[in-house]
Amino acid sequence: MPGTFEPLPGGGAAVALDDVEISIIRSLAVQLLELIGPGPAEDAPDDPLAELFADGPSEPPADPVLRRLFPDAYSDPEGAPQAKEAEEQRVYSAEFRRYTENDLRAGKRDNALAVIRSLDALNSGGAGGAVLKLSPEESRQWLNSLNDLRLAIGSRLEITDEEDTDLLYRLPDEDPRKPMVMAYLWLGGLQETLVSTLMP
Amino acid sequence: MGRVTSPAPVEIERTESAEEVFAVPEPDVPWVTIVHNDPVNLMSYVTYVFQTYFGYSKDKATKLMLDVHHKGRAVVSSGSREEMERDVQAMHGYGLWATLQQDRK
Repeated sequence: MPGTFEPLPGGGAAVALDDVEISIIRSLAVQLLELIGPGPAEDAPDDPLAELFADGPSEPPADPVLRRLFPDAYSDPEGAPQAKEAEEQRVYSAEFRRYTENDLRAGKRDNALAVIRSLDALNSGGAGGAVLKLSPEESRQWLNSLNDLRLAIGSRLEITDEEDTDLLYRLPDEDPRKPMVMAYLWLGGLQETLVSTLMP
Repeated sequence: MGRVTSPAPVEIERTESAEEVFAVPEPDVPWVTIVHNDPVNLMSYVTYVFQTYFGYSKDKATKLMLDVHHKGRAVVSSGSREEMERDVQAMHGYGLWATLQQDRK
């Protein structure tokens, strides 16, 4: 069935994609890759070893998508902390970010790259669409990356509560957000069926 | 799984130490990882993450997911601060919105 992952015997999953669908996913994955980038801490790019030991950023990213992908680790969204407590949370979050954000960025880049590679391998096969077959490992990378893509689009569409999602279903066709919303919902279907093939 | 200490023994120890009048600052007070609700993440995916990463049963993972969904948040693990930082980093890797804090309740 189009747009639906099905489990493969022996592990992994498969989905039929047409050329337009392939190019949409590829283009979104490339945009995600460019957005995530190597991160802001690139003081010593000449020395590849130095990069291994380089600290990540300590400030939250300015872009709302990146802020959603790399949230503060020490903050209570429901709490109203005293000034002293808020400052403590800021310092801890900054420290956490310094030691984790580069790794997190690298992981999300790897997953997006895996998506792009498997689509490119597909393209060389034939014209008019194809059946994408994923190994169990590729399935996990796709699952993670589909989630990142949906978080990114959801953030751009400013989906912040359940009611926003309900509104999206009722957008008139002429709304400029419509194509993005269609992509968001379609990716949701892909992710939903992919996760069901992976359920332990 | 060993990763998560069952809350029950902690409660019992608390009750006993509550008889001491002084609230001594305890460095051993456990930390918790909290996952927050988010309208984008699929319920099935959140359950999958709890099962896969924490090794929770389908029932436990589903209950935690529903807590996140209905109550806005759920404590998904507890332990030392280092362990919780590891869990929060893993949750961010999966795209879940997670934070850690000391369990002061």
